[in-house]
Amino acid sequence: MTVTDAVPAAEIGQSRRRKEDARLIVGRTRWTDNITLPGMLHIAILRSPMAHARITSIDVSPALESPNVVAAFSGRDLAAEQGSLPCAWPVTPDMVTPDHPALAVDEVHFSGEAVAVVVARDRASATDALEAIEVEYEQLPVVLDMEEALADGADLVHSDKGTNRSFDWIFDAGEAGTGTSTDEAFANAEVVVKRRFVQQRLIPAFMEPRAVVCDPTGDVLTLWSSTQVPHILRLMLALTTGTPEHQVRVVAPDVGGGFGGKLQVTPEEVITFIVGKRLGRPVKYNESRSESLLAAHHGRDQIQYLEIAATRDGVVQGLKVKLLADMGAYLGLVTPGVPILGAFMFPAIYKMPAYRFECTGVFTTKAWTDAYRGAGRPEATFAIERLMDELAAELGMDPLEIREKNWIKHEEFPYTTVAGLEYDSGNYEAATAKAKELFGYDALRREQQERRDRKDPVQLGIGISTFTEMCGLAPSRVLGSLSYGAGGWENASIRMLPSGKVEVVTGSSPHGQGHETAWSQIVADQLGVPFEDVQVLHGDTAVSPRGLDTYGSRSLAVGGIAVVKAAEKVVQKARKIAAHMLEANEDDLEFTSGAFAVRGTPDAKKTIQEIALATFAAHDLPDGMEPSIDADATYDPDNFSFPHGTHLCAVEIDTETGHVGIRKYACVDDIGNVVNPLIAEGQIHGGLAQGIAQALYEEAIYDSDGNLTTGTFVDYLVPSAMDLPHFDTEHQSTPAPGNPLGVKGVGEAGTIASTPAVVNAVVDALRPFGVNDVRMPCTPERVWRALNERGSDGGDRAAEGSIAYGGAQNAPAAGGA
Amino acid sequence: MNRIHVNVDGVSYTDDVEPRQLLVYYLRDRLGKVGTVVGCDTSNCGACTVLLNGRSAKSCTVLAVQADGGEVTTIEGLAENGTLHPVQRAFHEQHGLQCGYCTPGMIMASVDLLKDNPDPSEAEVREGIEGNLCRCTGYQNIVKAVRAAAADMRQGVQQ
Ligand code: FES
Ligand code: FES
Repeated sequence: MTVTDAVPAAEIGQSRRRKEDARLIVGRTRWTDNITLPGMLHIAILRSPMAHARITSIDVSPALESPNVVAAFSGRDLAAEQGSLPCAWPVTPDMVTPDHPALAVDEVHFSGEAVAVVVARDRASATDALEAIEVEYEQLPVVLDMEEALADGADLVHSDKGTNRSFDWIFDAGEAGTGTSTDEAFANAEVVVKRRFVQQRLIPAFMEPRAVVCDPTGDVLTLWSSTQVPHILRLMLALTTGTPEHQVRVVAPDVGGGFGGKLQVTPEEVITFIVGKRLGRPVKYNESRSESLLAAHHGRDQIQYLEIAATRDGVVQGLKVKLLADMGAYLGLVTPGVPILGAFMFPAIYKMPAYRFECTGVFTTKAWTDAYRGAGRPEATFAIERLMDELAAELGMDPLEIREKNWIKHEEFPYTTVAGLEYDSGNYEAATAKAKELFGYDALRREQQERRDRKDPVQLGIGISTFTEMCGLAPSRVLGSLSYGAGGWENASIRMLPSGKVEVVTGSSPHGQGHETAWSQIVADQLGVPFEDVQVLHGDTAVSPRGLDTYGSRSLAVGGIAVVKAAEKVVQKARKIAAHMLEANEDDLEFTSGAFAVRGTPDAKKTIQEIALATFAAHDLPDGMEPSIDADATYDPDNFSFPHGTHLCAVEIDTETGHVGIRKYACVDDIGNVVNPLIAEGQIHGGLAQGIAQALYEEAIYDSDGNLTTGTFVDYLVPSAMDLPHFDTEHQSTPAPGNPLGVKGVGEAGTIASTPAVVNAVVDALRPFGVNDVRMPCTPERVWRALNERGSDGGDRAAEGSIAYGGAQNAPAAGGA
Repeated sequence: MNRIHVNVDGVSYTDDVEPRQLLVYYLRDRLGKVGTVVGCDTSNCGACTVLLNGRSAKSCTVLAVQADGGEVTTIEGLAENGTLHPVQRAFHEQHGLQCGYCTPGMIMASVDLLKDNPDPSEAEVREGIEGNLCRCTGYQNIVKAVRAAAADMRQGVQQ
């Protein structure tokens, strides 16, 4: 072959159109619900209409009389096999963990909990037969308010536990040696601002409802599930049901979104698994949207008590955080760990000497909470970014100025924060300058003043959020120190096929993130093979046996690096064979653009494809060398990565109706090096939509009986295209020094940053009217009430007394020295 | 059981269906047209959108018997002779999808929108696809894709 080929342009950095689109845009998809197997039966689940009740009697036998019904089970029937659903994150040694059966046995603890199943020939017959099941409940008191739940003599969610308190978890920088005494900092402070913020309960609301198929025929039980975590699910199914792990295979086919909501081992998965195993026939369960909103885990739901201490000229001296985190009725896979992840992010980008964090996990009779996009970090970022605005207002300073005064300067990286994290790199000054320009900051501030001066009924507010997040979950030793039940590494392997094509196996399990495209780009660069020649395999424990799946913005920063490491090993092995073929010394070989050439003799060349074929034939390999250049690598990061950015939001508020409209949204994100700018930008857009939705639209609401009143898409307001603005996004790249690609992570950035940007803008517009907080979501009603009821933050959305958090929650007034 | 005759993606079917059977389940469970998906039970999400007699319809709001004598185009029948519809192409080019679950419905709704308005503004696109929810993209690239497809199709007509 000729040796004059031009060096191909690097794939990394190009906006490659996605490979996975080919099947998705023509409907040739493999959603779990599309799977049909011979003799397959369908499961329908009967769910508790009560939030808290004892099951005094249950009889499923009448359902067996219905047409096409094959079997029906109550929790009592499955009690011996179903075990207790796992919580992998005991954050304290004495954490209270209630028993969590997949099908309730004696008691139900939230409305929507599964109590019985019917198995029938088709979905409709199974659903119809649910009505025949006879259940008698003895109602028990509901527990809906976290503050009340902790009071002496409070009604209990789990009476056998004697408390509604799951754990108290404390981080004190003074005690940890990463900071000074918080008490002293506050005692000496010139200014203290106190606030109580509420992080409302949200629902991940992935578009594909969860579906599970179990095929028990054959030697290995196969479970397809619309899950983010096939590998974790396999292990946990084995442990929970006592099935030998090597006899379980889990497949996540095409998965329609997750956002943390499918980072779970669900009752529905365990039920489908056990029922399939019992009946010896393939079974399928597919939830309705209402079931999904009711019984798939929720997110957020914290009450945050915050105090910040500063000097009169705005230098932050200390931060105290007290959280009540609503666990809901049970502890899911990582439920208790979610607020703890946030513990490290409250100090954010700011330098401060003192920091104390306390969190209490509280049980209530509601759906359990767990990871939702950002998981603990949006809550933390919201708190600190709102608080910086409140501090600025207290001191009469510009909110940008107070941030500049306290943030870590670009020349100070790497920087160890008061929470003990080492931030790898960043440039907050540059991102902010760029964002201001993109936003037209000065002009909008001028317009704001003009509107204020002329008492325009439509007021303008400007919100700032200068955020960072920790991505790339996670260094295994850090997870170990936080008592998490697993590591944070990721695995990849590369198979060089005889024809020169390449198979890449990854342990990350995508559900919309475009791994197939991005991983192909990485491998194309590493091995010098065409992008089109790479096939990425994932999401099946039989194909990709080792992995820790996709969440926490970890795929690229951990899983992508595992791919790089595997590729490096392939090249190392290929080098030996190339040297043999070229009769040259290994050290004299250069590997560029997919070929080994002898230095100084560029005509002597062997491509990686030629080497793959020669390895396959294995006729003439170096002595002692096995005939394979395939490789496998497991990468465990040393540190997290810390993307950051500056987000600016302008809202227009109609002070007569309380309506909030986003006038402009601009952001500059620094996510390190970017493999595929198109995909990265898409991640930012989607993240922004979800963060804005928290600020303005979404809230899971329970009534005073503990019923979810936002149980359909009519009431749970996932924004449509009409509800969201155009986003002006740009990025800058401060490469991450901790990994060979210099990448940081992008999946959660938009969500984390945008919520406080929007709420800061809302409060900024209303501050001249004496408003210093508006509860999320900032609905027209809340904004109107905040404007018209002095000292109000808008209160609850529904009529007083009818929902979980009773009455309007007034923030304590700002303190002072 | 009611007997229906319906043409789906160019193929004629005759089937006996239960009167309560929704079109979307007829397509999925009976015909194996699983490219069309279900995202909700309150007709809010638009994931199930198909063209029924040339106009977009949420197939979870239509009974199979109502499609009797009609013509249905699903996402699987949109490409002609292996050539993608301009809207499909534009969704790919503009990265108008991530997980892809909303995509079949989103594309079918957009095809219909462009029939009425061959040159929609950004605001008109947003309004036009209001009945279709996407949880992944934040809609920006979907809006871009629909407008790019519109431009493409106008070009095509002129040629
Ligand atoms: S499935 Fe949601 S609108 Fe039809
Ligand atoms: S691409 Fe996932 S819901 Fe639209």
